[in-house]
Amino acid sequence: MVKYILKRVIHSLITLVIVISIVVLLLRQMPVEGYFNNYDKVSETQKYVKLQSLGLKDPAIVQIGKYLNQLLHGDLGTSNKYRENYPIAKIIARKAPVSIELGLLALALAILIGFPLGIAMARSTKGRWKFWDKFGTVLIVIVQAVPSAVYHILIQLYGSEWFGVSMLYDKRDWRTWILPVISLSLGSMVYYAMWLRRYMVDESNKDYIKLARVKGVSSKKINSVHIFRNAVVPLVQYLPESILFTLMGSLYVESLYSIPGMGGLLVQAIKIQDNTLVEALVVIYAALSVLGLLLGDLLMAFLDPRISLTRKEGSRSS
Amino acid sequence: MAEPLLSVQNLDFEFTLRSQVLHALRSVSLDIYPGESLAIVGESGSGKSVFVNTLIGLNAPNGRIAGGHIYYHGQDLTALKTEKDWKSIRGTKIAMVMQDPMTSLNPLKTIGYQIREAVELHQNVHGEEAKKVVCNLLREVGISNPERRYKQYPHEFSGGMRQRVVIAIAIACRPEILICDEPTTALDVTIQAQILNILKQMKEKYHLTTIYITHDLGVVANVADRIAVMYAGEFVEEGTCSEVFYDPRHPYTWALLSSLPQLGVKGQDLYSIAGTPPNLFHEVHGDAFAPRNPHALKIDFVRRPPVYQVSDTHFVRTWLLDPRSPHMEAPSHIDELRKKGRDMKLNIYEKPVLVKAGEGDGEAAGMKKSDFENGKDE
Repeated sequence: MVKYILKRVIHSLITLVIVISIVVLLLRQMPVEGYFNNYDKVSETQKYVKLQSLGLKDPAIVQIGKYLNQLLHGDLGTSNKYRENYPIAKIIARKAPVSIELGLLALALAILIGFPLGIAMARSTKGRWKFWDKFGTVLIVIVQAVPSAVYHILIQLYGSEWFGVSMLYDKRDWRTWILPVISLSLGSMVYYAMWLRRYMVDESNKDYIKLARVKGVSSKKINSVHIFRNAVVPLVQYLPESILFTLMGSLYVESLYSIPGMGGLLVQAIKIQDNTLVEALVVIYAALSVLGLLLGDLLMAFLDPRISLTRKEGSRSS
Repeated sequence: MAEPLLSVQNLDFEFTLRSQVLHALRSVSLDIYPGESLAIVGESGSGKSVFVNTLIGLNAPNGRIAGGHIYYHGQDLTALKTEKDWKSIRGTKIAMVMQDPMTSLNPLKTIGYQIREAVELHQNVHGEEAKKVVCNLLREVGISNPERRYKQYPHEFSGGMRQRVVIAIAIACRPEILICDEPTTALDVTIQAQILNILKQMKEKYHLTTIYITHDLGVVANVADRIAVMYAGEFVEEGTCSEVFYDPRHPYTWALLSSLPQLGVKGQDLYSIAGTPPNLFHEVHGDAFAPRNPHALKIDFVRRPPVYQVSDTHFVRTWLLDPRSPHMEAPSHIDELRKKGRDMKLNIYEKPVLVKAGEGDGEAAGMKKSDFENGKDE
């Protein structure tokens, strides 16, 4: 097991270094305007001096090395245009907590409602009326088929009217958090319900469930110990990723409620050509993806005894 | 013969599929006696599995018992509906070994946990004591080093070993009846004999009544005292092993035995039964086997055959034993089997006795002599 974890960690680190190198190389292809706040007004010599001081005239491999070294020391660099010479880490530190807070609340809501809904749907497929299954299917189809922009606006409009809360986010008033959290959670809520139902129905038709019933195990115990436990494994794999990705925020919901989160930051940085900020954000998101996959795999290995076996047969394709 | 332990009487079972009704069991009757080993044989889709699943109430939810009774210790199992009702039967009295050991164990739970679940439910022991019981069971089914194996997961076991675990689970329930649904079909030939031996040992040791479902007649010869041949949702012939093997009376049994590769002659094509079983979505008229039966009489196509008794233990559902029927030559290898049967001195009645009238039988129905002519000539 330890060997398996080590191997996966090393793989992830290698992936990360490769990703960072590619990002650095690509951003060096961007116009150099992105490094100046006042490109038109400075002379060619001044430009050269500044680019050289930033290390941009070095060979590519040196630049990558320097950037990696800088990251290792926890330095994300400074912004050029978003806020001149302001540390990027500080920009993120102000915005990220808002996104993470709302994101985690939304994720918790999605799980708290999505899981029980999925379980109820799966169980009702064996019943006569299949009420929960039909109800859940309608909900899933609506959320998946209606463009999210439409229902986000509807939630904001009618929600604020019905609950009598402000249409805009206010950090100090928790009631204004309710609507954005609902909006943020809907997508993953129906995702969890849909897949949990599907995996549970799959599992409940398997032979070992029949054997458990022949043994005389009660339905309640079969559902929790045998069916749910098996059905939840493939879903749990994406949980760490979902938690980490809350940091990215949501572009649309955040702008709708004017939430000062991470949502629009990357788009804005690209728009104003703040190269160092783009670089830092892309690297952070890439690192989160890699870390999320790693944690997901480790969690799977922890939950499913069959997986640690694969370490003998080489790497697992994902 | 002794009182039956379990008596199935005129059982009808239907499935509803897209508002069509499939008659999986058509008025099936069978007695199962204490301590015996009964084999139910028949081709795929003949209703063997539906029959045994009905005994433990585990058919798919779109199925229902449309008639008949299953008496067991004075209780009618057809009246049981909910899980609570079944609690005193499933596992407690009737346990099961299923076909595919690769899929019949939960991949995320240890072997120990899965056997202990049954031990705790049915033997009323818990904790460390239950673990001891589990280890003893593992040893009994021939798994060495049980303390270590206890903590292992199904994927660490081979197919044969897993089937031993499944048997251990069944035994842990302390059942009276053990149903073995094709227990060796999914296994390596070399393992099959071992598994059958373990099942036989367990039967002796725990005084089990066993019901085997199989289409492997080799398995039948190895383990069964009595055979019931099933075709299209009904039993067509039922008798002791030697009666069915050496004095078969129903044309379907003839065909089934003729298909045994062991009876084939070198250089000749192996025998196979022409056609396919009837579609049970439609009502079956007469003898379900008639369309595939080279020996079919005219009446076989219109009237359900009666049941005749040819010895104390041998029952056959066919018009061929009707006194009005012409004499039919059985296929040549069946004759050879019968010759051997004569040496065994089977206790056969002089004349078959009618025990259950055929459909529309008797003078009133106005059956003519010509109805009993060979129906295949035209």
